[in-house]
Amino acid sequence: MKWDEFFVTGEPLIYGAMVSIVLVSLAIVVGLTYFKKWGYLWKEWLTTVDHKKIGVMYILAALIMLFRGGVDAIMMRAQTSMPDMKFLDGQHYNEIFTTHGVIMILFMAMPFIFGLMNVIIPLQIGARDVAFPRLNAISFWLFFAGAMLFNISFVIGGSPDAGWSAYFPLAGPELSPHVGNNYYSLSIQISGIGTLMTGVNFIVTILKMRAPGMTLMKMPMFTWSVLITSVIIIFAFPVLTIALLLMMLDRQFGTQFFTMQNGGMDMLWANLFWVWGHPEVYIVVLPAFGIFSEIISTFARKNLYGYTSMVLSMLVISALSFIVWAHHFYTMGQGAMVNGFFSITTMAIAVPTGVKIFNWLFTLHRGRIQFTTPMLYSLAFIPIFTIGGVTGVMLAMASADYQYHNTMFLVAHFHYVLIPGTVFAVIAGFHYWFPKVFGFRLNERKGKTAFWFIIISFNVTFFPLFFLGLQGMTRRMYTYSEETGFGPLNMLSMVGAIGLTIGFILLVYNIYWSTRYEPRDKTGDPWDGRSLEWSIPSPAPVYNFAVVPEIKQRDEYWFAKKEKRSLFDKKIEKIHMPSNSGKPFVLGIAFFFLGFFVVFSWWSLAIPAGLAVLIIMATMSFDRDHGYYIPAEEVAQTEKKLRGDTV
Amino acid sequence: MKIDATQPLEYGTEENRNKIFGFWLFLGAEIALFATLFTVYFVLVDRYASGPNGAEIFEIGPVLAETFILLTSSFTIGLAVHAMRLGLKKQMMMFMIITLALGAVFLGIEIFEFFTYVHEGATITTSAFLSSLFTLLGTHGAHVTFGLLWGIAILVQLRKHGLDHSTANKSFIFSLYWHFLDVVWIFIFSFVYLKGLM
Repeated sequence: MKWDEFFVTGEPLIYGAMVSIVLVSLAIVVGLTYFKKWGYLWKEWLTTVDHKKIGVMYILAALIMLFRGGVDAIMMRAQTSMPDMKFLDGQHYNEIFTTHGVIMILFMAMPFIFGLMNVIIPLQIGARDVAFPRLNAISFWLFFAGAMLFNISFVIGGSPDAGWSAYFPLAGPELSPHVGNNYYSLSIQISGIGTLMTGVNFIVTILKMRAPGMTLMKMPMFTWSVLITSVIIIFAFPVLTIALLLMMLDRQFGTQFFTMQNGGMDMLWANLFWVWGHPEVYIVVLPAFGIFSEIISTFARKNLYGYTSMVLSMLVISALSFIVWAHHFYTMGQGAMVNGFFSITTMAIAVPTGVKIFNWLFTLHRGRIQFTTPMLYSLAFIPIFTIGGVTGVMLAMASADYQYHNTMFLVAHFHYVLIPGTVFAVIAGFHYWFPKVFGFRLNERKGKTAFWFIIISFNVTFFPLFFLGLQGMTRRMYTYSEETGFGPLNMLSMVGAIGLTIGFILLVYNIYWSTRYEPRDKTGDPWDGRSLEWSIPSPAPVYNFAVVPEIKQRDEYWFAKKEKRSLFDKKIEKIHMPSNSGKPFVLGIAFFFLGFFVVFSWWSLAIPAGLAVLIIMATMSFDRDHGYYIPAEEVAQTEKKLRGDTV
Repeated sequence: MKIDATQPLEYGTEENRNKIFGFWLFLGAEIALFATLFTVYFVLVDRYASGPNGAEIFEIGPVLAETFILLTSSFTIGLAVHAMRLGLKKQMMMFMIITLALGAVFLGIEIFEFFTYVHEGATITTSAFLSSLFTLLGTHGAHVTFGLLWGIAILVQLRKHGLDHSTANKSFIFSLYWHFLDVVWIFIFSFVYLKGLM
């Protein structure tokens, strides 16, 4: 293979990206060496098994991916902002919308949710860690290896270009002969294994490690949502594993699963992909519902209205999520009966979702509402998500769907669902739980400025797309002529996209500013919260709870505050902790190289890399490290120091 | 580490109980994984294009042998766990070695089968039916191979550290895995081979 086949050449934009990647990497290496931070990085982060730090790393990676996916989005909007635009060519445009979709769903939304899960779930249920701390680290490093593998594709070898749903035969070896879709199958496969492990880990954590007295129906709503999400993960992700395996076999070993000859069936891919892909939507949106429930109840200063119906509606949604997948391809010739069935099940999802909307509204009703930044995002979510939901029901009608299938209407719909339903939620959760991890709040004023930028720009960007879709502009169309009349609305959408960019930059600037200037929080409970995570000092100590509290009712901490009783009057004892381990990180690196070599079908390198993976796993199995104890006196001292003089 | 003496060794600590529960959940995911593979197989089973179909290449002899060998190994891993409960490390290791040996023989026959199919012109690239057949069998075979390596690692640990909470827990989880492979094979035997031969 020649160098110009290995690296992507001929694109000034990509040359720029290559230079900036090299410069940023150099800057990081030089910076770490100059400030002598290598040891700190290794000891405190790369080898950590602390769920809070793993959560922080997830969120950091997700934020970086948000900007990577955002750059893709801006380039798409720029390309379509005017008729006959020559900014990108067709191939480059295909690559960009493909990577935008994959990155935003799999490498931004999911890790962001997983980050918040990791940080908060053990704290909400009164646990000292997740059930399997080292497995948790492995999950993170597998996600990270997959994400990095996916990201290098655009400079080495070329990005996938068959859309995030990678439909065959387009994604097959004949029509997509370069390595882009190999990256797709392998990087998602690697991070998907990590996701599955996270699902197992959190089910065990939530079911087995709750504080005494916390029955299932006394759990905070976010914990409930994560439990249900984890169950969906366990049943949905293996389907993706197989789909990606078959894709790899078809592309690299000449099998006939999705081909157009020798009995292959391209629709099999569409079915397998969406049997995973539809539940995936709920994997990212259910935890978001949990986050909003927490925030709305905290800042309406009321307990959540309709707790039981909230739980039931999530259970119903999780069941329905598995029987609606064919609504993604009504127009691909599956007959009226099949379309009818999937049309009805799809519309049925609106019922439990509507229940949740009304529960939030009734929680707000007669509440003493505080308009904090996280609350603003939650309040904005309700009407915007409802627009997304209503247009979803429009799309669910199979016969009507023939009109707007694969148009910008669909693009507008799912951005109207996923951005308020996931992105607003993770940003709200980020602002809400930030003080628990770092010990200070993000600046409210700056947070609200960013909020208004994001909310307004979001609508300016995506609302025009509904009309463009109804006028007949198909999705994935990389250019159009002036006579179509699509120009002005696309330009408006571009303006919104610039506003969104400014909003997200303000958000990051707020993190920087608050780190330097925002006053530190000594109470551990800056929002006057309801659930257990607010009962411990901020930043949360490594062992979380010096004394494990006993739970008698929902929102126990809230009532304990009101009744002026302490949840922690038991004696402090020594605490058992898991030791750090560098192996998960090394395993991630091995998986990265295994994936990379398989992408290029370099078997003589891939086989040793595969053996390395097995050997690292074996050494982990031989490990007999049972962790260590923090002595009771040390715990007592830490508690005193963290709580300051306020207790 | 609190040890609960009323429980069997492998359930003794909270960590152990969590691991066993977690592994059951993982097996749930494995069921979803194999269910997907079976679905793909059933969808593609009649799409053999110009290649041979199941009835033309399947032979009952080797498949019956594979079935009996794997079923026996499921029995012997049960005996190993029984010996473990009685605290008989030596017998336990012996039964585990027998189990792994049977697994290796099973794998040998399967590889021999694959060679026969390929020799008869039935390769993984010939038709959609054969692609799905080889992938289903191959995934099961890869699981058995991984099980062999895993079992050997556990045997080494049993030798080195004796029978304690950690090794007992690992051995028990391994036995769950091995039984699971057997269950999957029952489905392959019934719905791939027997149905294919009809």
